Amino acid sequence: MKPEAPTPDEGADSGRRAWLGVAAAGLAGAMLAPGVRLIEVAQAATPGAGADARVRWGMLIDTTKCASGCSDCVTACQTENGLPAPTRSTDVQWIRKVDIKEIKTGRQASLPVMCQHCAEPPCVDVCPTGASFKRADGIVLVDRHTCIGCRYCMMACPYKARSFVHEPVTEQKPEVPRGKGCVEGCTLCVHRIDRGDKTTACAEACSKAGHGAIVFGDLNDATSDIARRVRDLQSRPLRADLKLDPGVRYQGL
Amino acid sequence: MRTPTDTRNFWLLLALGVGVTGIGVGAAHLMELHGHVITGMDNQVVWGLPHVFAIFMIVAASGVLNVASIGSVFGQPAYKPRAPLSGLLCLALLAGGLMVLMLDLGRPDRVIVAATHYNFASVFAWNVFLYSGMAAVVVVYLWTMFERRFNIYTQPAGVAALIWRFVLTSGTGSIFGFLVARQAYQSALLAPLFIVLSFAWGLAVFLIVQATMYGWNKQHLDPAVRRRMARLLGLFVAASAYLVAVYHLTNLYFERQADFEAFVLRGGGLYPLLFWLGYGVLGSALPMLLLLHPRLGRERDILAASALVVAGAFAWLYVFIIGGQAFPLEIFPGHQVSSSFADGAIAGYLPSWPELALGIGGLGAAFVLTLVGVRLFDFMPQDDFVVAADKA
Repeated sequence: MKPEAPTPDEGADSGRRAWLGVAAAGLAGAMLAPGVRLIEVAQAATPGAGADARVRWGMLIDTTKCASGCSDCVTACQTENGLPAPTRSTDVQWIRKVDIKEIKTGRQASLPVMCQHCAEPPCVDVCPTGASFKRADGIVLVDRHTCIGCRYCMMACPYKARSFVHEPVTEQKPEVPRGKGCVEGCTLCVHRIDRGDKTTACAEACSKAGHGAIVFGDLNDATSDIARRVRDLQSRPLRADLKLDPGVRYQGL
Repeated sequence: MRTPTDTRNFWLLLALGVGVTGIGVGAAHLMELHGHVITGMDNQVVWGLPHVFAIFMIVAASGVLNVASIGSVFGQPAYKPRAPLSGLLCLALLAGGLMVLMLDLGRPDRVIVAATHYNFASVFAWNVFLYSGMAAVVVVYLWTMFERRFNIYTQPAGVAALIWRFVLTSGTGSIFGFLVARQAYQSALLAPLFIVLSFAWGLAVFLIVQATMYGWNKQHLDPAVRRRMARLLGLFVAASAYLVAVYHLTNLYFERQADFEAFVLRGGGLYPLLFWLGYGVLGSALPMLLLLHPRLGRERDILAASALVVAGAFAWLYVFIIGGQAFPLEIFPGHQVSSSFADGAIAGYLPSWPELALGIGGLGAAFVLTLVGVRLFDFMPQDDFVVAADKA
């Protein structure tokens, strides 16, 4: 069969179709390429660099050594993480000093309260998008990319350990990304731990001030200072009745 | 027949509704631009007035469908012609409530994240499915009612909507019920309490809309139907009051909850006032009198009672949501506590105008959807005209 010669109109049509095809392929390529490139970048990250499940990071706070009126741990946290000093109830507070007085006996104590890095964290349970998560090494964090700012974790936290960023953020630290409209809290200086440092900013400041009321370390390492102290001395978590198994324990309460 | 006055009034009301919704969306835009610092919310009261509006609308959306359920599931003839309007109001209130909830997020631009990332341990994540599923079930339900060929499926669709509604309101109650940390919540009673509250709030909204539609068309509801619906609302209000009382009484029985109860019921300033006067007297006792007293129950009594039930709902939700957060977390029982983060202190909260505008904007959106729906489709309960005309 002899193929029919295309009419001039058909020729123009097929030319246009071919051009449209090339244009569509070009457009698709332009749109997909950055994504493909990102996948490459993501896959290029060091494999196996995740948190170590054998470790349980935690803190022991000795309330008998914590000085009333001293807030060096709070200041150090602010400096380390690029947080402004709080002046209003809308400002974030990752760590705060709490003064308590037993009503019956009048016994007083002063202690820092921050995210307690629970093994059974209610904030992780309630987070609708999974932005609140617990690392294998027990550190509870907020994924700033998937937090939608619903504040349900703040409703669920028994320790008032989370803050909502009510205003645009300025002067961020590159290793501590923050953002307006998201919830945040103590990260247990995860950026320090991940680069191999052995302590948090608050614990370091407390030692520097000569109090040594905050001991940071691996609760799972039987030879560590914190594990030894937790074993030998009486300490307890806050709101022990909730059985959340916090990584932060208090001595002398 | 639509008169030119009708048409003019429709456009005027539509403009009003769109205007109110627009102001709400504008307020949300301001909140997104400046952050929640322009609201009265802070790190103590993290859910404010928008949640009061949103939860009212979502709970009422579930309850308003009760009218349809009584008609198509339980076969009550007086309620059957009201089923389509009930479905429309459910969709409208759900949309209004979700609009407020979504726009009050810290990152409303990340709604796509909420739709693609799920943590199935979270009651909030369940609710994303429950709310969207509810809308889908009600649309199918309405379709079976409007399309004569599908009328045979109305009952099964109605049963599905009834079950879905129960689960949805249980889910809404459980948002609070699962919060073990806070004195105000952490109660299994909240799921059934929210279901019963939804009956009252939903029926009250339905009766207000129905009375407005009849008034617009210069029609009168058949007195027998009116009495039945009034008695039903009275019953729902009484049942709600009973469960609210049980919730507080169980709390009062537990010594550890005594301080919280003393705060919301006695010493908490605005909160006891809203609870006793707003919810107790104006939102419960007075409506029950208007609805159940043999000499009352006239058209205007029912309308007033319904409006009071809605006002009482707002008062109750304000005490429940905001009062519940204003009371400090008890991290150190038996201790006096103070800190820079308001530990141990009652939190103050003053709603700002953007929050109020956003909440009212949600009501505006529900109003617009209802208005347009009623105009475009046949949602007017028809049979009563015949009954009323016969009796005239």
